Amino acid sequence: MSHHIIDFKDVHFTYPDGTKALDGISFRITHGESVGIVGANGAGKSTLISHMNGYLLPAKGTIIIGDMHLNKSTINNARKTVGVVFQNPDDQLFMPTVFDDVAFGPLNLGMTEERVVERSNEALNTVGCSHLKDKPPHHLSMGQKRAVTIAGVIAMQSDILVMDEPAASLDPKSRRQLINLLKEFRHTKIIASHDLDLIMDVCERCLVISDGKVAADGATGELLTNEQLLEENNLELPLSLQNR
Amino acid sequence: MLNFDKEYFNIGYLDTLAYKNTFVHRLDPRVKLVTTIVFVFMVVSFPKYELSKLIPFFIFPVFMSAAGEIPARFILKKLLFVSPFVFFVAIFNPVFDTAAMYNLYGIKFSGGWVSCISIMIRFTLTISSALLLVATTSFPGVCRALERLYVPKVFVVQLFFLYRYLFVLAEETMRIVRAINMRTFGRKKYGLKIFISTIGLLFMKTVERSERIYHSMCSRGFNGEIRLLKMDKTGFADIVFAVTAIALFIIFRRYDIARILGELAL
Amino acid sequence: MHMSDALLSPAVGGAFWAGALGVIAYCARKLKQKIDEKIIPLMGVLGAFIFAAQMINFTIPGTGSSGHLGGGMILAVILGPYAAFIVMASVLSIQALFFADGGLLALGCNIWNLGIYPCFIVFPLIYNTLVQAGSSPKRIVVVSMISGVAALQLGAFSVVIETLLSGRSELPFGTFIYMMLPIHLAIGLMEGFITAGVINFVRSARPEILESVSVSKDLSPGISLKNVLAGFLILSVVTGGALSWFASSNPDGLEWAIEKVFGTSELSEHEKGIAPALKHVQNKTSFLPNYSFKHGDDASEKEKSKEAWPNIAIGTSVSGIAGAIMVAGLILLCGLGIKFVKIKRD
Repeated sequence: MSHHIIDFKDVHFTYPDGTKALDGISFRITHGESVGIVGANGAGKSTLISHMNGYLLPAKGTIIIGDMHLNKSTINNARKTVGVVFQNPDDQLFMPTVFDDVAFGPLNLGMTEERVVERSNEALNTVGCSHLKDKPPHHLSMGQKRAVTIAGVIAMQSDILVMDEPAASLDPKSRRQLINLLKEFRHTKIIASHDLDLIMDVCERCLVISDGKVAADGATGELLTNEQLLEENNLELPLSLQNR
Repeated sequence: MLNFDKEYFNIGYLDTLAYKNTFVHRLDPRVKLVTTIVFVFMVVSFPKYELSKLIPFFIFPVFMSAAGEIPARFILKKLLFVSPFVFFVAIFNPVFDTAAMYNLYGIKFSGGWVSCISIMIRFTLTISSALLLVATTSFPGVCRALERLYVPKVFVVQLFFLYRYLFVLAEETMRIVRAINMRTFGRKKYGLKIFISTIGLLFMKTVERSERIYHSMCSRGFNGEIRLLKMDKTGFADIVFAVTAIALFIIFRRYDIARILGELAL
Repeated sequence: MHMSDALLSPAVGGAFWAGALGVIAYCARKLKQKIDEKIIPLMGVLGAFIFAAQMINFTIPGTGSSGHLGGGMILAVILGPYAAFIVMASVLSIQALFFADGGLLALGCNIWNLGIYPCFIVFPLIYNTLVQAGSSPKRIVVVSMISGVAALQLGAFSVVIETLLSGRSELPFGTFIYMMLPIHLAIGLMEGFITAGVINFVRSARPEILESVSVSKDLSPGISLKNVLAGFLILSVVTGGALSWFASSNPDGLEWAIEKVFGTSELSEHEKGIAPALKHVQNKTSFLPNYSFKHGDDASEKEKSKEAWPNIAIGTSVSGIAGAIMVAGLILLCGLGIKFVKIKRD
């Protein structure tokens, strides 16, 4: 199943205002891996995520998603393969009811109405939100919003799940539920976060990003216990390891 | 900024009412929309001196609020505070139209007073029915009804987005306003300069938000067209409701129930 | 100022609804032809922005009273006329439903008064011809204020016309105009000033934002005067046609039709809608300064209404009032009954 691969080779990107966001970044993520992406603010995490489904295209270098080179003509396929959960659920839940929102992706894939309804219901079941179906997003709690955004991505049956700060502004209990949910998924998972404990919990592998480059790539257990490496990249030990 | 919080609370409350689960809430939004429109048309179609025939029409808002479990006090309160314009225009009728119309035990009522009261009754009927429509139908439901009634989709989608982000932006605005309040020490109204920079800031944040929304739409396969599911189905209860309501309106429009009843009684 | 259901006749309300819907459909088609996908979410959140902005009050200088933003002008400047009109129509729809501003039937009039004028008359004919990309902030302020005044005056004038055509109010044309226009002069000046203020603020703080927005504006290109006029010609023919169709067979066709269906024949001549209303307008305006003349006019009207309402015997009006009270009581009982049953069931 080569479908689940993301391969970045020497990718560069500079914003129109001159900010260099990616400066020759390279990595390869294969089927079934779960990878954490950590780095200080401005290290390039968000830009990196914007490249994974072709919202931004690299100025230099190549990106392979599944078995295709990412370029203008393959963007739609990339978006089918890679599902992105954004940082702020209010930006992602743009339809007026939960069900409409989850159905948005499947409808765009051109499925029949019955299939769309079936898939959306399944996705809502997976995240445990079937009872919220007819509610408008502004009646949901933060944790529920987050769960529904994930349902919206699952409903598209993407092979690769990319998340930007999935635990941001969640209360401790919702955060735990989210972690348990993420552990159940068999997708290839890529999670960018400042919540290093979450990365420790969910991801086996970890990329440390700094100044638009990969500063370190390896097993989470090794990288996130390496105090010196974390210090150099303006990070610190996960909280759970700090007071031993 | 008390005013702001209050207004926000009001729409929020109205919106929450719409998600109750009663007989009225379960009716097909299209049926409710069409019935309400027919109701409004009937009410405003009376000649301007009509009073007694308007009274039976109160059955519709009263029914909707009782069966839909919408607190009547909330609706009445909104009516009181809304649109001084109507009152302002209506109050001139007695000034300009002084011909006596009714003579009740020696007290003369001019046509102007009659038409003024008639306008206020119409106002109460039409506005309360519109409020009760949204209080008993989720707004997305109303929009979907519009789409099924052939309103252009661009407009329906616009209403969807507006409804969705109304609450998000209202909260964002509230945060900005509170931040300003904390530094202006309780002055309630602002000068123009602060007002304009607040609005400007809000505008920039809004445009940035639309970029992020667009990004997330793209990531779920958006390619210029928003597709909508057709979910509402008209059932037996819906048809019974519509037929009964419209039949009643026609009877009330045609026969002066109040006068007939009064004559029988006296 | 929002028009209200209570002041409208079905014919006037219906005609303006037809006009508003027609323009919505026209704009929808225009947007579909040249759509930049990005404008869909942008329009949506900008509608919400107008709302949020309307909720903040500011002090009008020198008066101490407070005002708020209308929104039509700023939307037209930012989004161009087609998108701006759709957004404005959506904002007014939500106001009609959630804030009970005006009501369902009056919504057509309100969309017309507050949407069409800023988007399709003032923006293309005044603002867009006088302001270019490089115009100075001062110029933007002046032009915006002129535009604001023009848009609001047209809107206020429309409210007067709609009210008079409906024939529910007795306000004479001259008095009504005299009351509406000066207030809206002030409101229009403020609207223009705020519009310019916000545009200038954003232009100096984050110029790229206005540029990125105007990319989508270019896709619904600046309208030429010719197109606008042609559009309006078509529109006025359509609405005029609709109006005169309603009004054709009898002074007020739709009302007449309803009367015929429901068999009420007691409509007096002087309140049968448009044609007499126009006559009314004419009478009152032309004779307004001349009070002695107007007095005579009033007298003739009194006679008319006497004719129209041939002495209603005390008996029937008493029974009418008694009946009305009984009906109201019954309705209240119904409501309470339903409530009671509901509480019992829970």
